[in-house]
Amino acid sequence: MSLHSFVAEFWPSTVDGLVLGSIYALFALGYTMVYGVLKLINFAHSEVFMVGTMAVLAVLTVLHVHTPPGGFILVGLLLVCVLVAMAASGFTAVLLERVAYRPLRRRGASRLAALISAIGASFALQEVFGIYYTRNATEMTAIMGNSVVFTLGAARVTSDDLLVIITGVVMMVALERLVATTKFGRGIRAVAQDPETATLMGVNLDRIILYTFLIGGLMAGVAATLFDVHYHQTRYDVGQLPGLKAFTAAVLGGIGNLRGALVGGLVIGLLEFYGASVFGSQWRDPVVFIVLVLVLLVRPTGILGESLARARA
Amino acid sequence: MMALREAPRRAGDAWRRLSDRAGASAGRAWSAQPLWGKTLEVLVLYAALAIVVPSHAVGQVMAPQSAWAVVLPEQIGVFILMALGLNVVVGLAGMLDLGYVAFYAVGGYSMGLLATRQHWDFWVILPAGIAAAATSGLILGAPTLRLRGDYLAIVTLGFGQIISISANNTSFDGGPQGIPQIPHPPSIDHLKQLTFGVSDGRPYFYLVLALIFVAVFLARRLERSRVGRGWIAIREDEDAAELMGVPTYRFRLWSFAIGASVGGAGGVLYAAQANYIDPTIFSYQVSIFVLAAVVLGGSGNLFGVILGAFMVAWLPERFRVFQNDRILIFGLALVVMMIFRPEGLLPSRRRRAEMADVGGGGGMGAPLIAPGAEAED
Repeated sequence: MSLHSFVAEFWPSTVDGLVLGSIYALFALGYTMVYGVLKLINFAHSEVFMVGTMAVLAVLTVLHVHTPPGGFILVGLLLVCVLVAMAASGFTAVLLERVAYRPLRRRGASRLAALISAIGASFALQEVFGIYYTRNATEMTAIMGNSVVFTLGAARVTSDDLLVIITGVVMMVALERLVATTKFGRGIRAVAQDPETATLMGVNLDRIILYTFLIGGLMAGVAATLFDVHYHQTRYDVGQLPGLKAFTAAVLGGIGNLRGALVGGLVIGLLEFYGASVFGSQWRDPVVFIVLVLVLLVRPTGILGESLARARA
Repeated sequence: MMALREAPRRAGDAWRRLSDRAGASAGRAWSAQPLWGKTLEVLVLYAALAIVVPSHAVGQVMAPQSAWAVVLPEQIGVFILMALGLNVVVGLAGMLDLGYVAFYAVGGYSMGLLATRQHWDFWVILPAGIAAAATSGLILGAPTLRLRGDYLAIVTLGFGQIISISANNTSFDGGPQGIPQIPHPPSIDHLKQLTFGVSDGRPYFYLVLALIFVAVFLARRLERSRVGRGWIAIREDEDAAELMGVPTYRFRLWSFAIGASVGGAGGVLYAAQANYIDPTIFSYQVSIFVLAAVVLGGSGNLFGVILGAFMVAWLPERFRVFQNDRILIFGLALVVMMIFRPEGLLPSRRRRAEMADVGGGGGMGAPLIAPGAEAED
């Protein structure tokens, strides 16, 4: 344990933590929204993220990108990557809903059964990539060159750091507005509050649930692209540990709560790096979970409380 | 299209009618007997199991590609034991525990450390490991069992992670290298059949069979006790149970500790036969597999749980031919099983009544078929 290294690495840890935290926040949306609407741990969401990272890899391979491009080409490449990843992740999320959740929902199965079905789907998706692609980690080309934009204490803030943090926060705010102000968002909130009454009021339940999965998937696609831009590697089980952390972030912030996902994501990201600098990097994950337990003891429904239903315009 | 959509339900219904009829008549026949008859039948069943199952011929059929002497007690037996333990938590008290591997690890490391460092006897370590696991269940449960439902799930998931990472990071327990050369249990009375060695799986199988017997016996007694009825009340409606005077927190803590102690026994047993443990054995996938076994078999029903655990542990061994694809097949099988039979292969009668009544002990927020269902917190 060393407070000295905590002080010495404070700014680099902060920047790294915010970067990772923004990715967690976007990733956490798929957990938190599905939980808000269906009261269900969307266990297979980690694979939705994994498919997104693979999609970016596929784009880079198809376009033969070997060196980071500059200028407009870079912007274009990033756009293509994010759109393809969103499409792939969104499709996977919708597929999961249709195959692994909806049949169970129609039969009125228990949430435990849905959890097991999600776990099965998660195994299956991972294995599809593990068997038919590769079980090894794949390094991919860095999309952005790491040009230092400015320094913050000992931290060198690079352009991709900024891209990740800004995209993460902007997407979160946009989505929060979508749910809080649009008619579609009102449908989501209504279903989250009381599915039965919402149906009676003319909300198309199936469609709302499908869109909830779709949005979660699209955001996971963005998170996956940012992950690739920053860490430039992927693997068939790349979603597992980040997925666990993202879910933890959702719970920490208050599950079902979009702002909670942002707060929880950033807090977890920061905790990981601060924890690593104090206790050593091998204790990074235990620190996160111990803090989660402590927070839940004081605030049993997370930092901001659970309230997809209560979000107000 | 419509027929296709209805197919899962039809198939499920057919199976349900069939298993209901068989189950009901078997149940009637069973309860009509006097106590000595039941005892005799259980003894005969056990004798048959003990003689037939570990034999080489059965092994050839059941798992041609692997060593049956190892697979049977170490994987299938221990796995059934663990599923029985988790069933107390998930099936009876209705709490979602995603970190059950933690107690397995406590048992395993108790055996590893006490046997290699303190040179304790296996027969002393077994109760000690069970006690250690129960204690860690109490320590983990005391702060977290006040949380509800899914929060408990994530906290237990986190705890399961912490255990294996901590085992990996600390040096007194061998770190990532683990603990090698854990002694086998001493033989009993110099009987040749009960010498715990390397090649013969039989003594271990008898041992695990005995523990499964104890676990089933205790679970059946508990289910019918005041605590057991309390658990079922908590599972169905926690608030109502609390209002009716069930000490929900204390009973949940009990179920957690009891479940933990069975997991600990599984860990001790595993370490004693495998004579080697390391942190990768206690990964969080184990928790997931055990949970899948409980739900797949039919949570709350002992025979269902045993069947589910047997399937989950045995099928991958049987189909080693598909070495590469077996987890893929397992995953798909889980999805298909849950679509056709969400209540498990052999659900408990009471559980099924609940499902029929409210669309599934806490349905997914928005059920369409079963009106009147409510989203549980």
